[in-house]
Amino acid sequence: MPANRFNAFTDYGIGLGLRVPHYQHILEKKPTCDWFEIISENFMVDGGRPLHVLDQILEQYRVVQHGVSMYFGSADKIDRAHLKKLKALVKRTKTPWLSDHLCWGSVDGRFTHDLLPMPYTFSAAKRTAEKIRYVRDVLEVPICVENVSSYAEFHVSEMTEWEFLSEVTERADCGILLDVNNIYVSSQNHDFNPMAYLNGVPHDRVGQIHVAGHTKFEKYILDTHDHPVLDPVWQLYAHAIRQCGVTATLLEWDDKIPSFNEVHDEAMKANAYIASARQATGKVAGGAGSPSGLEFVEKHAREPRTTRRAVATAKA
Amino acid sequence: MIPVGLKPAPPHAPKRLRTDADLRALQRMMTHALVTPLTADDQLAPRWSDGRPMAEAIEEFIKPNARLTAVERLRIYSISYWYRLIDGVYEDAPGLRGLLGEKKFDALVRAYLAKYPSQSFTMRNLSSRLPQFIRETPRLTAPDTALAHAIARFEWAQTEAFDGEAKPVLTPDDLADRPPAKLRLRLQPYLSLLAFDWPVDDYVLAIKKRDALRSEASNAIDHGPRAVSRKVVRRPPRQKTFIVVHRYDLRLFYKRVDAPAFKMLTAIAAGRTLVQAVAAAGPSVKPEEVREWFATWMELGWFCKRSRS
Repeated sequence: MPANRFNAFTDYGIGLGLRVPHYQHILEKKPTCDWFEIISENFMVDGGRPLHVLDQILEQYRVVQHGVSMYFGSADKIDRAHLKKLKALVKRTKTPWLSDHLCWGSVDGRFTHDLLPMPYTFSAAKRTAEKIRYVRDVLEVPICVENVSSYAEFHVSEMTEWEFLSEVTERADCGILLDVNNIYVSSQNHDFNPMAYLNGVPHDRVGQIHVAGHTKFEKYILDTHDHPVLDPVWQLYAHAIRQCGVTATLLEWDDKIPSFNEVHDEAMKANAYIASARQATGKVAGGAGSPSGLEFVEKHAREPRTTRRAVATAKA
Repeated sequence: MIPVGLKPAPPHAPKRLRTDADLRALQRMMTHALVTPLTADDQLAPRWSDGRPMAEAIEEFIKPNARLTAVERLRIYSISYWYRLIDGVYEDAPGLRGLLGEKKFDALVRAYLAKYPSQSFTMRNLSSRLPQFIRETPRLTAPDTALAHAIARFEWAQTEAFDGEAKPVLTPDDLADRPPAKLRLRLQPYLSLLAFDWPVDDYVLAIKKRDALRSEASNAIDHGPRAVSRKVVRRPPRQKTFIVVHRYDLRLFYKRVDAPAFKMLTAIAAGRTLVQAVAAAGPSVKPEEVREWFATWMELGWFCKRSRS
């Protein structure tokens, strides 16, 4: 089951995040790549170089949009001006699906530029699902919501995170961008079994998967996206694709970004897990992967994450 | 101090979430905890806005776990918030940072963000109100407030020029048969006209050059630019300077113009007719000078067509 209705039935393999340090390499060398993930907000500008670069990329590659500021879980209403800009970008990129996070990050029109955790309650799920439906109806593309990594929990929560994710996505009838690194990070920070999370989400809704690196401290783990994927996360990935089928996958690398080729090589590790998942399910290798056979990774400037200075300060 | 635009936090966190208002109350509570400035040693402020201990307020809505208290858990987010935004302004304002030095710049940015939290979905707009804040709070930049204000305006103009809107460029054909007495031109939205009492452009370039050299010498980002000692770039002497910040061929430029040309451009931006704009340049300006300026500005694509709407 390599594609589903939440990723517009596309059969994308492993994508690469479009990042500023790699622009020159991509535009000059034109490396083979199945698709690029862009951070929508970086291109929701009125003109200049960002859109010029994007247009050049669009001439050569397929692009999928990933957002960081829709804040489906915020009590604020969806900003129509924001949505209008996003829709213009959707038309430009022809993204087959669009993802953003199951979180909040603004209130009273003031933005934290963070992906803050939701209170896992039925009323919040209902409100969030309504907003996802609204955005999908306006944008006219399938929506996948991504689980975030978190460091705090609310007293008011009435269910587990994966129950909340299921509740929201069922109510909204939307897809899931399953971030297995975020599952791992949160499982360590909140003392739950990550396998219970994986087993608890509706697998038929998973339209995309993220993997990434994190940083471990004495009392908690931070989602830093600044080095290769650690083994426990690859193990979760392997489990996820066994359950969900081979799914469009993206490695996030947002800080201390190495060369394009290094990022690519790290992402290509996913192929080994995809091959074994195919073997386990009796599928012919290569039958459902990216048409190019090449695959991979990462994200972009100002993606909400824990910055290096914040990491250093938190550690102190 | 309540940040501009943020409603006061509710007296207590909701015990249950039944309505959208409950959700808003909880999110307001957490946002207030995040945007309250950290102490000098990057701890959460000791008191909540109503004077009770911060821990008491946070424990109302955040659960502790076996390893971290509610305050420690929230501090992870608060530190992340502050450093993400401080670093955002840091990247936008190398010149201002060079003028003020790290410590003073850091204090300025923290105070700025405490008063004006971001009101845009994108961090691109984070520094938009920094010039205004510098004017409102001169003690944070004294004795260089006026120069700091000029540099902040100059650096914000660069953000606008980098990815601001471009309208279709006016061509010579568009001007055919248009009488100058009735012709009103429009400047590109991404273009800024800036008049300063200092050669701010040269000063900022000198700082960037110094920092680039320092960065090469220190081999990298991992050491953090703050850690390296720096050569002092002297404050510029006073000198009237007129700068147009614009982009050409997708690249950012700042172009010096002389006073009469600046007056003419300012008049055009204000919606004056071409004849009025030429007159604004002053009686000493010769027609051939105006023709030369105009040809250059046309070539640089500074004039745009009017919207049809």
